[in-house]
Amino acid sequence: MSAALYPFSPARIYAMVLRYIYLLRRSWPRVLELAYWPTMQMILWGFITQFMLSTSSWLAQASGVLLAGVLLWDVMFRSQLGVSTVFFEEMYSRNLGHLFASPLRPYELVCALLTISLIRTLIGVGGAALLAIPLYHYSIFSMGLPLLAFFVNLLVMGWSIGLLVSGLVLRYGLGAENLAWVAIFAVAPVSGIYYPVSVLPDWLRLIADLLPASYVFEGMRAVLFEHTFHTDLFMRAVGLNVLYLGFGIAVFLGVFRAARRRGLLINVGE
Amino acid sequence: MTGPVIHVEGLTKCYGTLCAVDKVSFDVPQGSTCGLLGGNGAGKTTTLSMLLGLLLPTSGSIRVLGEDMLKHRYRVLARMNFSSPYVDLPHRLTVQENLSVYARLYGLKERKQRIRQLAEELDIAAFLKRAYGNLSAGQKTRVGLAKALLNEPDLLLLDEPTASLDPDTADRMRGYLNAYKLRTGATILLASHNMLEVERLCSDVIMMRAGKIVDRGTPAELLARYGQENLEEVFLDIARDRRREDIGSAA
Repeated sequence: MSAALYPFSPARIYAMVLRYIYLLRRSWPRVLELAYWPTMQMILWGFITQFMLSTSSWLAQASGVLLAGVLLWDVMFRSQLGVSTVFFEEMYSRNLGHLFASPLRPYELVCALLTISLIRTLIGVGGAALLAIPLYHYSIFSMGLPLLAFFVNLLVMGWSIGLLVSGLVLRYGLGAENLAWVAIFAVAPVSGIYYPVSVLPDWLRLIADLLPASYVFEGMRAVLFEHTFHTDLFMRAVGLNVLYLGFGIAVFLGVFRAARRRGLLINVGE
Repeated sequence: MTGPVIHVEGLTKCYGTLCAVDKVSFDVPQGSTCGLLGGNGAGKTTTLSMLLGLLLPTSGSIRVLGEDMLKHRYRVLARMNFSSPYVDLPHRLTVQENLSVYARLYGLKERKQRIRQLAEELDIAAFLKRAYGNLSAGQKTRVGLAKALLNEPDLLLLDEPTASLDPDTADRMRGYLNAYKLRTGATILLASHNMLEVERLCSDVIMMRAGKIVDRGTPAELLARYGQENLEEVFLDIARDRRREDIGSAA
């Protein structure tokens, strides 16, 4: 059977990942931008931590809690942007027609988007995390294996939101691209990044209970304050993420099919 | 394969009450070059998009290279390709990078060799390392053709294939496409406003207006039928809805 007939081809996914790497390589401001915001956030929260250490007994128990929060939050934010803004590149360049007249399957594009999102997140947040070591003598890597569990869960939640946003922008055009920047901030207040979700009013806690991120940040504080990894929190985050990622992929592929009905693959734009 | 390379039956695409393509039926035999001719909004690009599977029809059936495009498009997409001035390639990537990505998507084994060969044949070797977005419109058209020919398609769909090319380059491209067809036995369906191009390339012409096929024949048949000396006059007769009888009585 010819490779083009395989329903799933790692070679085609690699081709698309390569396309996005070429794009990164061609544009140094994009690479700079990947690391810029996580680094600025880390520097800002590093100084806040230094200031508050002298006034807050809570913070004194685990001085890295705010820095860990901001770095992990950026994992989710960058992974979402890594999916949606990279997908927008195809719309900006009016390239979707060429892509989907080729043997590329829509789900292979999804796999490529998720892969490049992982690469971009590692570049962006990884750089900031490494810089925190000499700047504030704080290494997020000291969390050990639980860090991997938090990273993967937040990465996947970012992917789900990124796919939803990409689907909406494919449906409504590039005029809706600002969704990419605002969508994730809608969940920030209820994710408990810098504070326990127990401070939220009851009705907001109900929403927080539906978000994988809230379990991740609770779990992160448990590791930092109690030196305990709560498997139950981890499993809840994983369960919700499986649901949301499935939903995100289903929405993206559904919108893609609708785009073929509406002629949006050849007439993309604002 | 036996039978037509393209078999379209009752193909319709409506957006609400507006039908861009309305119950169109036609066949394109293997090894032929067929021209889709019509004014703006005649339904040419919509028809090509449906043949590629980029657009789902409201009703009707499409068989391409023996496969039902609505059910099994992936069985034939690797054997087809297209170029269109309405669909672009990523601007920041170089020509080489763009072609390399598509060579991989089409599963080509000897990618570098194929790109080098096409670059020489289509005279794009000089700007393989340049960003696609920095090329002139004519250069982009040639790169688009190179992309369309990467996989040596059995069926080539071309939307205004020589748009933005100067007359000399356009003529050489037409010669190249003709030679390609003769060498590979490929079938070409092209949509164009360029009557000279259609007369020179096409063995068969489908005339469209307002989403319908209004006439069909070889260029010579159409010229004879409308009593005109060139396809441009035939095109104007059809675009302005001048009936054959009216033309006959006026004469």
